[in-house]
Amino acid sequence: MPDRKWIPQPKKPRTPIPEQKPEERRKNFKEVALGYTEELAIEEAYRCLQCKNPLCIEGCPVGIDIPGFIRHIGEGRFEEAYYTLKKYNSLPAICGRVCPQEDQCEEKCIMGKRFKPVAIGRLERFAADWFIQSGKKERYEIEPPTGKKVAIIGSGPAGLTCAGELAKKGHKIVIFEALHKPGGVLVYGIPEFRLPKKIVEVEVEKLKEMGVEIKTSAIIGKLYTIDELLKEESFDAVFIGTGAGLPYFMGIKGENLNGVYSANEFLTRVNLMKAYMFPEADTPVKIGERVAVIGGGNTAMDAIRTAIRLGAKEAYIIYRRSEKELPAREEEIHHAKEEGVILKLLTNPVEIIGDKNGWVKALKCIKMKLGEPDDSGRRRPIPIEGSEFEFPVDTVIMAIGQGPNPLIQETQPDIEVKKWGIIKIDEEGRTSKKGVFAGGDIVTGGATVILAMGQGKRAAASIDRYLKTGEWK
Amino acid sequence: MYLIKDIEEIAPKIKKMVLKAPLLAKKHRAGQFVMVINTEKGERIPLTIADKNPEKGEITLIFQEIGKSTMEMGLRTKGEHVYDVVGPLGKPTHIEKYGTVVCIGGGVGTAPLYPIAKKMKEVGNHIITILGARNKDLFILEKEMKALSDEFYQTTDDGTKGRHGLVTDELKRLIEEGREIDLVLAIGPAIMMKFVSLLTKEHNIPTMVSLNSIMVDGTGMCGACRVSVGGITKFVCVDGPEFDGHKVNFDELLKRQAMYKDMEEMALKKFLEELREKEPCGGHHA
Repeated sequence: MPDRKWIPQPKKPRTPIPEQKPEERRKNFKEVALGYTEELAIEEAYRCLQCKNPLCIEGCPVGIDIPGFIRHIGEGRFEEAYYTLKKYNSLPAICGRVCPQEDQCEEKCIMGKRFKPVAIGRLERFAADWFIQSGKKERYEIEPPTGKKVAIIGSGPAGLTCAGELAKKGHKIVIFEALHKPGGVLVYGIPEFRLPKKIVEVEVEKLKEMGVEIKTSAIIGKLYTIDELLKEESFDAVFIGTGAGLPYFMGIKGENLNGVYSANEFLTRVNLMKAYMFPEADTPVKIGERVAVIGGGNTAMDAIRTAIRLGAKEAYIIYRRSEKELPAREEEIHHAKEEGVILKLLTNPVEIIGDKNGWVKALKCIKMKLGEPDDSGRRRPIPIEGSEFEFPVDTVIMAIGQGPNPLIQETQPDIEVKKWGIIKIDEEGRTSKKGVFAGGDIVTGGATVILAMGQGKRAAASIDRYLKTGEWK
Repeated sequence: MYLIKDIEEIAPKIKKMVLKAPLLAKKHRAGQFVMVINTEKGERIPLTIADKNPEKGEITLIFQEIGKSTMEMGLRTKGEHVYDVVGPLGKPTHIEKYGTVVCIGGGVGTAPLYPIAKKMKEVGNHIITILGARNKDLFILEKEMKALSDEFYQTTDDGTKGRHGLVTDELKRLIEEGREIDLVLAIGPAIMMKFVSLLTKEHNIPTMVSLNSIMVDGTGMCGACRVSVGGITKFVCVDGPEFDGHKVNFDELLKRQAMYKDMEEMALKKFLEELREKEPCGGHHA
């Protein structure tokens, strides 16, 4: 019996989520969005039309039964809502926070045609947080041990998902993580104010409860090669989920000046190494009064908002296209602006200028205009001749993307790679080497958490098939 | 967690630490390094493995107590554990028979030099060693280096041992005497490696240096360690740590090494103050 009656209220406006005020959150690393209360979640759930042919599910890379879990929330059956989510998505507390719902499930939501779409992401987060806060012990349905062993390389979204799915099937799973803490980009990249590290810890703990073993500070390609894992360490299959860990630089003059960071370095210092606690934590980070982040994606927004929290007085995003083309999530751009970030659009750096001691003192940029659409469908930015200008900055952070880390490919030449060291896979997630699968940013070159999870999940299904049949063709 | 099997001061402010790390002892090759994290809130400190004993499953690290992290690590005692060790990182040294190899170690740079020199000797090179230090007390691995060298020279800044001068003076002498030198391997402070490289470039002697830039992850993920080599940006952690000394932009490296100087000094000062509070009798560390 449901605890509450389902009361459809499609005409109600979308329920806002309580947030920390911009002037407060500029000074702390606590989460910005505070999450729905039970009442707010139920109120929002009632907006769902419970479509017979729900389009939202089509928009979800892992195919969550969205109307199903929303119904459970509306009926006050929060635990059931959680387990409905878990059937499809092993990391709902994370996805509810960092998925670009506006381009996925919520984009397809019928409510969005006339009003605002149902806040699916916020509801997902609510159900997951509710379960964590309830302190209830999770039920796992794990099949009897198969005696098969799988090595998962990398403990980011792809690796964690793949590990969880395979553990359910009764396989013995060992995750190898290069850093000293598990979570990959969820830990070193995404800041605390967007994804509290406690949430990642909880998810990792759950995997351990399922019997997954996690070896941190274990770098595959150095400590073991994949061949050694398969032959000497008796693994039956390997999943590579090593992500896009290699930072790109622009190749402009002055990039090696002091005060220039890659977003990876800057965020790793702050998130993983806790540089914001310096000197209580040993790793320092330098932040000047005027900070410019180059790039317009989520990583760029994370970096500039982190800089603000570390005390930057002027915070700029330098992006070569216009606001419409900014690849970051709308919500992140909105939050960044609220926190005082200034967008310098249609602007591209041409040189970083240093002082006599080798420190950044200014950024030289050129104005851009938009031309015809390029291969990506976005209008190509073209420099406007003679429009160069300089402005003073103390810190420059490069957030123009990252590529696959080459460590594994270097030591395992029989795994076929494409341009930029991206690992080639077939539609089942198989690489060119028997028993070796891959997924996540290492095969896409840099995408979202949920896409990496989707690939981890798909690879898990084909690994399971391979382990049971031994077929590889 | 890694058990400290032994820790001792081998020269003023220079500690030798032996860790139980069987897998690293087995996998490490000359020239590679590890990242050591002393405590949970500690930074990742890049250190070269100075020696190893795969049978006993032990690695030896040698470090100078410069800042807070290294000083704190130097205070650890036998039987305690360091939080984590990651490795082996970086590319191993290319070992081959070159002929005559001059191995130059400056200060604590002798620690990473030793395993490489040992390998170079094993494959049949004629090893000429030049060790340099500020004074006679600051030499490390003297006995070990002497044992593997065909010729062995020392220099001190103050003349308390060996030649009164710099390692470059000794190298210059060898060159001027017309000695055939096929490779110079120089590891030490960036400024020493810079001047060795300038000298050997004049005489067209191939020179390898091992760079000690600032690092965070050590796996190619952050780019903190970037250095210009022949005008191209390289990451010391994955492309190195060894590079052609004639191509390295040492001035840039020196500037980058000083990036956190003020913060490091601040952290050290705070640490020493806290230490003094803990040991009101003015303990032996202050």
